[in-house]
Amino acid sequence: MRIRRIKPEPKVDEVLNDVDISLIDPLIEKYAGKKGNMIPLLQGTQALYGYIPGEAFKKISEKTGLKISDMYGVATFYAQFRLKPAGKNIIKVCHGTACHVQNANEITDALKESLNVKDGETTSDGFYTLESVACLGCCSLAPVMMIGEETFGKLTGKEAVKIIKEIKMRESN
Amino acid sequence: MSTTKVIVGLGSCGIAAGAAKVYDKLNALKEAENLDFEIAKTSCIGMCYKEPLVEIIDESGSFLYGGIDESKALELVEKHILRHEIVKDYVVKTDLFDTEEKDFYGNQVKICLRNCGFIDPESIDEYEKRNGYQAIKKIINDKITGEEVIKTMIDSGLRGRGGGGFPTGMKWRFAANSKSDEKYIICNADEGDPGAFMDRSVLEGDPHSVLEGMIVGAYAIGANHGVIYCRAEYPLALKRLYNAIKQATEKGYLGKNILGIEGFNFDIYIKEGAGAFVCGEETALMASVEGERGMPRKRPPFPAESGLWKKPTNINNVETWALVPWIIVNGAEAFSKYGTQGSKGTKVFALAGKIKRGGLVEVPMGITINEIIFKLGGGIQNDKKFKAVQLGGPSGGCIPSYLGNTIVDYDSVNATGAIMGSGGMVVMDETTCMVDVAKFFLDFTRKESCGKCTFCRVGTKRMLEILERITLGKGKEDDIQTLEELAVQIKEASLCGLGQTAPNPVLTTIKYFRDEYEAHIFHKKCPAKVCKELLTYTVNAENCNGCTVCAKNCPTHAISGERKQIHFIDQDLCIHCGVCYSKCKFEAIEIE
Repeated sequence: MRIRRIKPEPKVDEVLNDVDISLIDPLIEKYAGKKGNMIPLLQGTQALYGYIPGEAFKKISEKTGLKISDMYGVATFYAQFRLKPAGKNIIKVCHGTACHVQNANEITDALKESLNVKDGETTSDGFYTLESVACLGCCSLAPVMMIGEETFGKLTGKEAVKIIKEIKMRESN
Repeated sequence: MSTTKVIVGLGSCGIAAGAAKVYDKLNALKEAENLDFEIAKTSCIGMCYKEPLVEIIDESGSFLYGGIDESKALELVEKHILRHEIVKDYVVKTDLFDTEEKDFYGNQVKICLRNCGFIDPESIDEYEKRNGYQAIKKIINDKITGEEVIKTMIDSGLRGRGGGGFPTGMKWRFAANSKSDEKYIICNADEGDPGAFMDRSVLEGDPHSVLEGMIVGAYAIGANHGVIYCRAEYPLALKRLYNAIKQATEKGYLGKNILGIEGFNFDIYIKEGAGAFVCGEETALMASVEGERGMPRKRPPFPAESGLWKKPTNINNVETWALVPWIIVNGAEAFSKYGTQGSKGTKVFALAGKIKRGGLVEVPMGITINEIIFKLGGGIQNDKKFKAVQLGGPSGGCIPSYLGNTIVDYDSVNATGAIMGSGGMVVMDETTCMVDVAKFFLDFTRKESCGKCTFCRVGTKRMLEILERITLGKGKEDDIQTLEELAVQIKEASLCGLGQTAPNPVLTTIKYFRDEYEAHIFHKKCPAKVCKELLTYTVNAENCNGCTVCAKNCPTHAISGERKQIHFIDQDLCIHCGVCYSKCKFEAIEIE
């Protein structure tokens, strides 16, 4: 699903070397030379870092011969890929048809207010990233949201806010 | 050995409703009290509106309990398991007596969903016990040729369940007739339609039926590789698929010389989709499997001649593959006896939206929309008025309530301007604004357009801008006409199904709900009271007791009034945010 995400702003002082780029070596070894390897390479990289660091593009390109432009094209085409780090927990609020008619906007609005972020942004403490997604496939429980692999159904704005507060409390302790 | 078996429905919906907690509770009780019963898991039972579901099977029969939380689970253990007392209030389905939910399952014919809710999806043994892998065994034991398999599929009248509705057997024949040393079979599990979840339920509930369908297809077509393209948003479905492939390989249903047939080699691997709706389109899907941007390709050549890696390829969706083994085991006639002239068999629908009983239903083709909504679905939530039903997701359209007697088959649904699609059925009531719905779908297709064709890329954006201004009360007189013109151009000038169908939600809502568009444009009113900019908030003098809550919360200080005095909203300052309405506890804010 295409997610409305805030475009990464290139920061001059961004520390590019805070990721251990050697982590992707086994991945490159596994997929190098195989046909159709670009998406699995990017997926694997994202699974390691939570996003695809700029350095990873360069390294994969050097080792496998894939063009950076092609990889960037693929990474920006699919909703799954991120080019900058996400929060520790990603809140996916479903905006599928069933959720839309059951007022999913109320959930997103309540979360935006509570977290003080816009849709697609990460909280300043890096704990949550708020996203709107197209359909999580739990239509009969609409409106729903998913945090990690857990799905919460039949929500109201208030309940959604309560859930994110509880998770934060639980994990802070 | 215990004779009592307790089964908990652990599909994604069930887990979201708390089924995992119920399962843990039952397990804990069993351990703590050393109780004598067997506990098992299954997946989606289909009655999503009654989740979590717990089935208890003992010597007196089978009882499906609905809406079970942890405390009710304790009650079930105490009463049903220990004292053999049936807790009638929670029973939603049993063979022994009728329940209130009888209408929901009474009209269903479960072919695709034959095992969903009956087996543990992580156990190949349980699948085999229910006629699993009998289709491929039958083919081998009876020495049925590939051509005969294809003929059976053609005779069954099965049409592709992904939405296209192309006859499956014909498609197989094209791929079978292509000569190549390598051929591919693809299962399209990129269920991206917002409002559809039947593929997810089948993959979570009965993954082996999909694998077996693909094995049968591979045999008939002569394919040696299979790919399942599944959305990464379905983690549980993926987990169960990986597990099922491992089990099937261990048992010799996949791999080299399958079931001892020399030269019948077939393997299946999973490709996790990276999130792009357009990848549901078959040529875009293949581009994605090849690791590229998922953009559609020109046809011809058709995938049957030159598909994945330029080899002959056959693509069907999850539901189609899951039906295949049943048709082979039971014969073409057993399938084609259901349905209408042009649409045979059964179809799974995902009922959602403002309906009382949301869930997964499988019904024979030819049943009417009204029967599905009012009989199976139990009618509209809070007994509001049924307004329309949306079929076919972003490529489909809205069918108004007065066409409720339309039967569901490919041709009748197409005649309304909607499409059968993959089977999402989102029910809408009088509080749903049809312009807003059209805007919602167009916003979706605009975001998902891959950008290859100009008309789809730019046209959907222009249409969305018009719809946005209509819902903001800035609609222009000729907007409806402009929308219709753009719609035709996008349909005609787009390469793939996404663009060709993107205007459908707008066209059908204009066709059936033109008055709503006109109310927005000419009278600046939203009849369903959804479009906030078009609403007027006023204070009802009789209900207002002057509690000042609305005035305190109003972000623009548009509300004035002394304590214990009737308040007043200044319409010039009001920004239609609706805060006063949601904060007022005395129903003193009225919307028009």
